[in-house]
Amino acid sequence: MFSETNENRSEHDPMHWKSAVKYSPFYNKIKEYDYVNKWHRWAEYTTPDMLEDPTIEYFAIRNSASIFDITPMSKYRIKGPEALDFMNRLLPRDMTKIRVGRVAYTVWCDDEGMVCDDGTVFRVAEDEYLLCAQERQMEILRRNAIGMDIEYSEVTDEVAAISFQGPCTCAILKNMGFKDVETMKMFDVRYFDFPGGEIMISRTGYTGDLGYEIWTKNDQAEPLWDAIYAAGKDYAIRPIGGDALEIARIEAGLIAANVDFSPANETVRPGHAKSPYELGLDWLVKLDKGVVFNGRRALKKEKENGSRYRFVRLDVEGNKPAHNAYLFDNEDGKNIGYVSSAAWAPSAKTNVGLGFVDMPHGEVGDVVWAEIYYQKELKWNRRWAKCTVMAGPAWNPPRKTLTPPADF
Amino acid sequence: MKSALKGKKLMKKYDVIVVGAGHNGLTNAAFLAKAGLDVLVVEKNDYIGGATVSRNLHGDWKYSNCSYLASLFRPEIYRHLNLAKHGLQVVTYNGGFTLTDCGDYLGSYSDHEVMRREIRRHSPVDVDAYDRYYHQMAKWCRFIRPMLLRTPPDPTSFKFRDLDELRWLGKKFFDLGPRDLHDFMKFFTVSVGEFLDEFFHSDLIKAHKAGSAVVGTNLGAMSPGTAYVLLHHYMGDVDGAVGAWGFPRGGMGAVSGALAGAVKEHGGEIRTNAGVDQIMVKNGKVTGVRLENGEEINADRVVSNLDARKTFLGMMDPKDAGEKVVKAAKRYKSRGSSGKLNIALNGVPEFTALPKGSELIKGDFHIVDNMEAYERGYDEWKDGKWSTHPYLDLLIPTLTDPTMAPPGKHFMTCFVQYCPSRVEGKDWTPVLLKQFGDNVIDNIAKYSPNFKDLIEHVEIRSGQVIDNEIGLTEGNIFQGELSLNQLMFNRPFHGCAQYRGPVNGLYLSGSTTHPGGGVMGAPGANSAREILIDMNISTTVPEDEGDD
Repeated sequence: MFSETNENRSEHDPMHWKSAVKYSPFYNKIKEYDYVNKWHRWAEYTTPDMLEDPTIEYFAIRNSASIFDITPMSKYRIKGPEALDFMNRLLPRDMTKIRVGRVAYTVWCDDEGMVCDDGTVFRVAEDEYLLCAQERQMEILRRNAIGMDIEYSEVTDEVAAISFQGPCTCAILKNMGFKDVETMKMFDVRYFDFPGGEIMISRTGYTGDLGYEIWTKNDQAEPLWDAIYAAGKDYAIRPIGGDALEIARIEAGLIAANVDFSPANETVRPGHAKSPYELGLDWLVKLDKGVVFNGRRALKKEKENGSRYRFVRLDVEGNKPAHNAYLFDNEDGKNIGYVSSAAWAPSAKTNVGLGFVDMPHGEVGDVVWAEIYYQKELKWNRRWAKCTVMAGPAWNPPRKTLTPPADF
Repeated sequence: MKSALKGKKLMKKYDVIVVGAGHNGLTNAAFLAKAGLDVLVVEKNDYIGGATVSRNLHGDWKYSNCSYLASLFRPEIYRHLNLAKHGLQVVTYNGGFTLTDCGDYLGSYSDHEVMRREIRRHSPVDVDAYDRYYHQMAKWCRFIRPMLLRTPPDPTSFKFRDLDELRWLGKKFFDLGPRDLHDFMKFFTVSVGEFLDEFFHSDLIKAHKAGSAVVGTNLGAMSPGTAYVLLHHYMGDVDGAVGAWGFPRGGMGAVSGALAGAVKEHGGEIRTNAGVDQIMVKNGKVTGVRLENGEEINADRVVSNLDARKTFLGMMDPKDAGEKVVKAAKRYKSRGSSGKLNIALNGVPEFTALPKGSELIKGDFHIVDNMEAYERGYDEWKDGKWSTHPYLDLLIPTLTDPTMAPPGKHFMTCFVQYCPSRVEGKDWTPVLLKQFGDNVIDNIAKYSPNFKDLIEHVEIRSGQVIDNEIGLTEGNIFQGELSLNQLMFNRPFHGCAQYRGPVNGLYLSGSTTHPGGGVMGAPGANSAREILIDMNISTTVPEDEGDD
C-alpha cells in the first residue's frame, strides 16, 4: 500500500486506502539526504530511522546543528476565554505561572493519577495555547473540554515543524536574520518574520542541548529548509533520523511515551501505567496550585502513601547497553525492576540506562545490578553489570540554558 | 434372552458415550480418548459436525451451511489435539464494510492508520474515540479470555476447588481497580447501543460495530445485555491476534473433520445415523443410551452434546431428570432469532458503493447503517415475522479459500438477523422459506445490481429447519441465549453449570454450558476435564496457555 507518488491522500479521496502513509512537507528535502531508505510510520507520517549513519547523525546534535522533522507530532490549538482554566484543569503544573511567550513541559494524567502522555504547551496568547505530544490527544481534549468555554482543534496537518538542535543552531538562526533570537531563554517562544508570514520559534527540544523548534505553515516548509541550509552551510548542518535522536534523549535522561511508560489511556493491563512521581517528574505536580486538576486526588494520596516505583537514571558498568535488562538488588539477587531505555552515551561517555525499580530501592548513589544479554557474532553472552543511580542526566551542558548562547 | 451373538454385542460397555458429533462433542471425545478411555460418539445425522460442517449441496460447492467462521476456537485445543496434523488450517482474512442507504460505505481496514482515516471520512470526532474503544475492548478481552478454559466456580460452594477458583476470579476483579470494575459490571448489563454511545457519535459507526452484538441473539441493539454478546464475538483470536476471524480452509467441516481425526487417532469410535432416543438411568446412575432404532449401548458415563432443553426434555425420562431440572430446562431460553442463506455464485458480485480495486469484499459486510434499523428489525421478530430490512452478515470465503467452489465460482454465506423460528406462530413451509429468502436477496440486490444474475443455487434455512436437522433448539446458534442470567455459574442453570447432569455419570459438553456458543471447543474440553477429575485420571485437557 506504499504510494510512490509522495502525495498525501485526504480521507475525502475515495481511494485514500491506497496509501497508508502521509508525507511531511519536509519529505522531499529530507529524501535528498537519505541513502539507506529506512523509514517507519509515526502516527500517519513516514519518518526516517536514519538517513546515513546514526552515530554521525548523533554528532550533528552534539557538535554542530541537526534537523529532525517533528511534523508528525500531534499538535492541537486550544483557544477561548477559559483556555487557562482548561489547561490548569488538564495539567498538574500551575499554568498561571506560564506567561504568554513561554512554553511548559508537562504531563497529563487520568483520574487515577496515571500519566497519559507528556508534551509541551505553548502559551501563544492570553487565551490561546498550542499543545504538542507524541501520541494523539484529541479524545482527551474532547473529554476534558466539557463545560469549558474553549475551542480546540487538531492542527497536526496544518503545522509543519522541525527540531533544530545543536551548539551551532543559534548562530545559524542569527545568520538567517531572526532578530534578537539569541535573547531567547530556554522555554521561550516568539514569532519572527519569514516570507509567507510569521513563523514561530521556541527554544525547546528533546536532546538536552542547545536547540530550537521551528513551526511554520506547510508551504513555508521548503523555503525554511533552504534558508536554514543557506545560513548553516559552514556549520556541518545535517538532517537526522529518529535513531540518532534516541541516543541523544537517553543520554539527556528524557523519557519517551510507549518506551519508558505506557500511556494510561491506552494501557490495558492493570498496574502497567505510571504516575508522574513514578516517572521522576515530581516537579511538575503542583498539588496545592489552588485548582482541581485531573488525577489530583490520586496523586495526593500517592504523595502521602508513597509510590510503587522509582524512575532511575543509571550509570551502567561496562560498555554493553543494558537493553531490556532486569534489575536486581544484588548480583543473582532479587528482581527489583527493569531497564526501559539504554544507550552508550557518546558525549557523556557513560553507559546510560533509564528504568524503574520497586520502592524503596534506587536512591541516588544506590547500587543495583543489571543482567545484560548481548550478542557477538550471533552468540549470546550474559554479564552482570553494577549500576549506580545517578543524581541527574548524564548529559546536561551549561550551553543548554546559557543565554545568549555562544556561537558554537 | 436374545441370541447369544446379539447378547454378546450388547455386553460391550463403553467408558463414555458422547451424544452428538458437533465440534464440542468431538472435542470432548478426543480428550477422553486421549486419556485412554473407551469412547463412542453417536450422531443422528449421516454426517458429523453438527453446526460445524461443509456440505456438498450443489455441484462442487462446499457450503459452510451453519457456522461459517472461526476465531473463538481455543488454540490450546488446536495444539493439544494436534489438529494441524489432522488437516485443520485457519486462514485469517481482512476487509469488510457496511453499506449505507445513501450509496456510501464504511470500510474495515486492518491497518490502523487507514482505519482512522476511514472513520475520519465519516465522523472526524470519532477517530480518537475509536482508539479508546479498541483499548476498552482489549481490556475486557484480556479479562475474560483466561476464563474460557476453566470451569466456572459455584459461588455457594465450600469445596476447596470452588473457593480457590473464586479467589482467582476475585483477584482478577480486584486487579481491575475501582473505575474499570464499575465499567465492567456496567458492560455486562447494558445494551450494545448504550455501550457504543459512550464512544461514538456517528450512527453509521455504531451500526457497523453493533452487528456482532445481536448475531444469534433474541434481543435488540437497545436491549440490556447485548454489549456482552459483542465481546463474545471479539474475544477470540487467530494466531494470537485477538478479535481476528478466519476461514478454516475447506469450510467449517475442516474443524469437525480434524477433531474426528483426533478422536480416531486415540482409538475413539464415531457412529453416524445413530440418533439417541433416551439416556438410560438406573438407580440414579447412567447405564447407557437407547438409540432410535431400539438398540441399547451400555456405558458408565453419557455426555450430552445437545442443549439443555434437548437433553433434559428430549432424551431423559422426567423421573430421572427430576422436577427441578425439568422446570429449569423448560425455562432455559434458547429462542431462534436468525436464519441463513447459503448461495452458490457464478462470479463475484459488484457493489456499486465500493471503489474499483477495493479488497474490502474479502471481509464480512453488512447492510444495516443505523441503530434504529436494528430495533425495527427486532420489532418485526417480536411479531413473529422476519425483518424486512435485516442485519446481514455476508461473506464470500472463496475470495480467500479457493477450495470451496470451482475456479471462478464463489460461495457466499449469508447470516440473517432477525428471523423467527416459527412464522407468526405457524411452522415454516417451502413457500415461506422462499419468501424469506427472496426478501434477503432483494435486500442485497439493492446494493449490487448483478447479484441476482450470479446466483446459481440457494439453500434457505430458518431456525426451525436448523432445529429439525441438527437439533439446536429453535436454531439458536449458541445453544441458548448468551444473556447474563445464562452465563458462567448459571449456564445452563444452577446445578448443571459444572458440566455434570442431575444423575451420576451424566455430563453436558455443548455450548449450553460455560463459556457458551461459537465454534470454541471450550465447553467440550472443560467437560472432558471434569469427567477425568471424577474418574481420578490425570487430565489431558489444557487450561489457558496464553502468556500475558
